[in-house]
Amino acid sequence: MANPPVDAATLARLERLWETPRGLRGILTTVDHKIIGKRYLITAFLFLIAGGLEAFVMRLQLSRPGEHLLSPDQYNQLFTMHGVTMIFLYAAPILSGFGNYLWPLAVGTRDMAFPRLNALSYWIFLFAGLFLYSSFLLGQAPNAGWFNYVPLAGAGFNPGLNIDFYVLGITFLGISTTVGAVNFIVTLLKLRAPGMSITRLPILVWGTLSTSFAVIFAMPALTVACIMLYLDRRVGSHFFDAAKGGSPLLWQHLFWIFGHPWVYIIVLPGISMASEILQTFTRRPLVGYSVLVGATIATTVLGFGVWVHHMFATGLPPLATTFFSAVSMTIALPSAVSVFAWIATIWHGKPVFRVPFLFVLGFIILFVIGGVSGVATAAVPYDWQLTDTYFVVAHLHYVLIGINVFPVIAAAYYWFPKMTGRMMSERLGRWNFWVMFLGFNLGFFPMHIAGLLGMPRRIYSYAPGMGWDLVNLVTTIGAGLFAVGILLFLINLVYSRRRGEPAGDNPWDAASLEWATGSPAPVYGFARIPHVESRVPLWEDRLSGIPGIRYELPPLDQDHETVGTSPLEGRLQAVLHMPSDSWWPLLLAVSMATATAGLLISLWTVSILGALGILGSVAGWLWPAPGSVAP
Amino acid sequence: MAVAGAGIGCAMSAVVVPERLPGAPADRQSIGAWGMMLFIATEAAFFCQLLFSYFYLASIAPGAWPPDGAPQLGLVLPNTGLLLLSSGTMWWAERGIRQGKAWQLRSGLLFTFILGAMFLGIQVVEYRHQHFTPASHAYGSLFFTITGIHGLHVALGLVMNLYVQLLAWRRHVTPARHLAVSNVAWYWHFVDLVWIVVFTGLYLAPNLR
Repeated sequence: MANPPVDAATLARLERLWETPRGLRGILTTVDHKIIGKRYLITAFLFLIAGGLEAFVMRLQLSRPGEHLLSPDQYNQLFTMHGVTMIFLYAAPILSGFGNYLWPLAVGTRDMAFPRLNALSYWIFLFAGLFLYSSFLLGQAPNAGWFNYVPLAGAGFNPGLNIDFYVLGITFLGISTTVGAVNFIVTLLKLRAPGMSITRLPILVWGTLSTSFAVIFAMPALTVACIMLYLDRRVGSHFFDAAKGGSPLLWQHLFWIFGHPWVYIIVLPGISMASEILQTFTRRPLVGYSVLVGATIATTVLGFGVWVHHMFATGLPPLATTFFSAVSMTIALPSAVSVFAWIATIWHGKPVFRVPFLFVLGFIILFVIGGVSGVATAAVPYDWQLTDTYFVVAHLHYVLIGINVFPVIAAAYYWFPKMTGRMMSERLGRWNFWVMFLGFNLGFFPMHIAGLLGMPRRIYSYAPGMGWDLVNLVTTIGAGLFAVGILLFLINLVYSRRRGEPAGDNPWDAASLEWATGSPAPVYGFARIPHVESRVPLWEDRLSGIPGIRYELPPLDQDHETVGTSPLEGRLQAVLHMPSDSWWPLLLAVSMATATAGLLISLWTVSILGALGILGSVAGWLWPAPGSVAP
Repeated sequence: MAVAGAGIGCAMSAVVVPERLPGAPADRQSIGAWGMMLFIATEAAFFCQLLFSYFYLASIAPGAWPPDGAPQLGLVLPNTGLLLLSSGTMWWAERGIRQGKAWQLRSGLLFTFILGAMFLGIQVVEYRHQHFTPASHAYGSLFFTITGIHGLHVALGLVMNLYVQLLAWRRHVTPARHLAVSNVAWYWHFVDLVWIVVFTGLYLAPNLR
């Protein structure tokens, strides 16, 4: 059932149509979602390592009182770049990586809706990351924290290039995120396999679909804030200047109008991946699929109404803080409902405790702990007591590592066979899980206590006799153990890439469509686009005796083509001619990077050159190919 | 699984594979149109945040808002009329290509371009008559940033307009396939709509008090 009858000549034709050219040209011009997805994953993981090293140096500094490994200024740059790296350059892009690689396979098509935009979005991500990191070379990395509050980030207190790197780099990166979100939404709504109605979507896609809409509406708030700060710093405007009618609180509002939806943007896709993996290893369809989907959407929507809970200590009127406190606590409802849906699935299933499932179970535990401390800080008086202490640091790490990193590692173990054709080592994986899980809790749980003992976040050192010595030493040891866990994961990746056991098409006997094609996935995705008849297509024949997929479409092997379907029912609509390799995305990203660099060093000629490059690349990109009809 | 089973039954009867599948649609169902709609959505959110900033600072202003009195309407009123008219000419142009009248498309695009360029020119004249700058006070910063960023969007619309004119002259646009025209038209109407909101909020409202 899984593999349709297709003759070798057809496969060879498809291969020729879809493969990326070899050599440098192929590397720079490819639009293959699988290659771009893997690039996203590797680049984001390298940023995770960079951010981890920054954290490790900070933990050495804090391991005992009065340590002077780092100067205050170095410490400021490190904690800022640690936050910026983890939140902007790791957490979101790693999820885009999985999305890019998996979505076309999971929904049964051959590429993303806009393959060239996909390439553009990766190049911008890479260049924005390098741009932000180049600040270290000048010794002027951003230094006002990842949420970059004014007036500390204003020209008066921060005259160097540090903050300019931040505002320009983040604005630049925002283009990549927005373009990526548009691509995910349109791919999902228009390019699904016929028959895959909206109620038959794999749970995997709901998180990224929902948060892609959030990106569309949340990202502009940060862009507006960054443009205003750039103008305040460079042009002499007064948006955040209280003396001239502006307000520093305006920055906080704009930042968190973006920032809180962003928290869900970087965790909900992780939750969806965890649900997908949980379904496979409990050996039954998810209990409460609709409830889990509803919870995802509800969390995304509610996420737009909670931003003021980051600002409880700024003296806003009680009516406002009470309202935002109530909405923030409401988020506990969809979260709790999801946890019960997972428990019910495990309860009614026949769980198989393989490594990906261990990481999912770890995720559920950390999600509950991070959720409880989140509800706690949503209460205004409690927040007044603990804001800007290590309690908040503990909470956000439980949430981000628990709901992003653990599902990401689970997903890496789970989909590694699909990407490489080999299994990762189960034995090393178990060590990996237990070292990471214990190291994480040993390292981050004591931070709650440090916060309750009154230790403020973002201090570069502390005096002996504050009662914080032991918790900090334990935190540093735990963080070191956690780092060893990540190292084991890396070793497993490298080892299994070469020596892993061959996987076969569907090594986990999973239900979803990406397992219906070869491992590693062939360049054309599917030799024939399947008709999907079920939410769990590869299990349907065992559940009801009716096959979950059928192959009725021709292989579409005459041109670079896939099919387009209707947004809700997944009705077959058209054959879509898909764009192929192109230089324009790279040229456009280089032009944008040039324009950004010109704005940094106030060399307007460079910026104008970049702007002309942007116009030229877009024109070249959009101009109809010779002999073709209108777009 | 009963529900899934019922779903399968429906799908089985519904699946029909045509002899020859149609090519990519060039209408509102096409992926290019979806892309433009989402771009407009994120742009709308962008302007919402700019206007939020304006009204937020207005609401906490200790003194008069705007600090130097309400803005003059002498230039901006006719200018708003020009931009509204340009939406009409754009609509007329798009209607032209749908009915196969290439001349109507070309002349409509040209009128739209001229009206949009006049709008920008008058905006520059208005800027030169302002007695405050972006560096005077937060109101000045907001006024020039919001109207200036809107002006940049008009300018971008003009560039798109030129591109579509070029497509039209090179006969790359047909009644059946004119997505580029539709997308540029949608963008242009959106920029006009934003102006109506900006005009109402920044120019009209302070004068009504």
